[in-house]
Amino acid sequence: MLSALKSIWGVFLHAFHKRETVLYPEVKPYLPPRYRGRIILTRDPDGEERCVACYLCAVACPVDCISLQATEDESGRRYPEFFRINFSRCIFCGLCEEACPTYAIQLTPDFEMGEYNRNNLVYEKEQLLISGPGKYPDYNFYRVAGLAIAGKGKGAAEREQPPVDVRSLLP
Amino acid sequence: MSSTVIHLINVFGILFVVLTVAGALVFVERRMLALWQDRYGPNRAGPFGILQLVADVIKLFTKEDWIPPFADRFVFVLAPAVIMITVLLSFTIVPFAPGVQVVNLNIGLLFFLAMSSMGVYSVVLAGWASNNKYSLLGGLRAAAQMLSYEIFMGLSLMGVVLIAGSFDLRAIVEAQKGVWFVVPQFVGFVVFMIAGLAETHRVPFDLPEADSELIAGYHSEYSAMKFGMFMVGEYIGVTLVSVLIVALFFGGWMGPFLPPLVWFGIKTVFFILLIILIRGSLPRPRYDQLMSYGWKFLLPLSLLNLVVTGGIVLALG
Repeated sequence: MLSALKSIWGVFLHAFHKRETVLYPEVKPYLPPRYRGRIILTRDPDGEERCVACYLCAVACPVDCISLQATEDESGRRYPEFFRINFSRCIFCGLCEEACPTYAIQLTPDFEMGEYNRNNLVYEKEQLLISGPGKYPDYNFYRVAGLAIAGKGKGAAEREQPPVDVRSLLP
Repeated sequence: MSSTVIHLINVFGILFVVLTVAGALVFVERRMLALWQDRYGPNRAGPFGILQLVADVIKLFTKEDWIPPFADRFVFVLAPAVIMITVLLSFTIVPFAPGVQVVNLNIGLLFFLAMSSMGVYSVVLAGWASNNKYSLLGGLRAAAQMLSYEIFMGLSLMGVVLIAGSFDLRAIVEAQKGVWFVVPQFVGFVVFMIAGLAETHRVPFDLPEADSELIAGYHSEYSAMKFGMFMVGEYIGVTLVSVLIVALFFGGWMGPFLPPLVWFGIKTVFFILLIILIRGSLPRPRYDQLMSYGWKFLLPLSLLNLVVTGGIVLALG
């Protein structure tokens, strides 16, 4: 009986406590930079598209919401002809980001993507591609991986070693 | 002629105020529970979220009013009406202020006890007519719970009746001119409060609906305004219990400076908020605990209270 009275009094005192609720549209909660929200395509520090249209993101995607078509420019550099993400299917798992070898596809801390028309949730390359490098400001895939030029293969220049044959590492 | 007009104003005024208060309680309870749980509650629609009330009512009225094909149609429709009628009828005997009362029955308290017993039919019939095992379990629990708590609800009031020497609520209020009955009848007040909570099946005595065990108990199958009537009926019941506590134990309309109706309102609001606070803080007991608490603790306590009060009243005169 006494404990019931004590708990009633204790609950009453909560009237003077601080509210836990975050009044969302007025007060935005803090979201960490690695929050998994809206997906973007980034550019490298030189302003070129990072995406090399390797399809790994589309393969990794568990709900098949990414579709793209690879093509090449005149120098033989691969890039996506179109790149389409259907956000009405996307589950924001981040596997595409993990699969991407060039840090091109990234997830951002933005979740406010509500739409009245379902078709508006299909984002094309124009909507996905941003002008900056995203979370990895200094990363350029070809600086790290090397690039074959006319008459000289990868690793054939001075003070370079030929690239590792990944198949020789197989057990 | 003019007395008829005053009477009509009383009837419709009390009906209007009671229904408004009960409707507003749906919103007030959500806000107050939020206050005591470090939340805000519904605060979006209108200033302080007050228009949430309107939105809820519109929703209740526009929802599909569905009667399940396996239900007993006539009883199913009758049950929600019974609780509204009995609870609203109980308000006829409450003296809100001198002259503000629908009927001045000399058996007012007995009428209230009768009406609250009739209210049990609503819950039991709803549980039976729904033809659903959870509803039936809820109805079953309600029958046992309300019948057993009815007994010492009546007994706890007899102390007040002994001191005041009348079943008439107006006479009882006027007998509290010197000292409020909560002082000589503190045990009676506590028992009546607990029994009142059980009668309106509010948390912690909400075993008939017990949403974590029985979906929603006796009103699982109800939708739209029929469900709304159960809900509003429950809130009118809360108001009724608060109003009766004020009239029987806390001097009714009496108080300094302010007009009688204002005093009655202030005291009633206090007890309504207390009941909401109790809902926010106490857990629901197990069913056998509920029954043994009622029969083995509260019943002897109220009998003892009755005997002691009777002895003192006899000795004094």
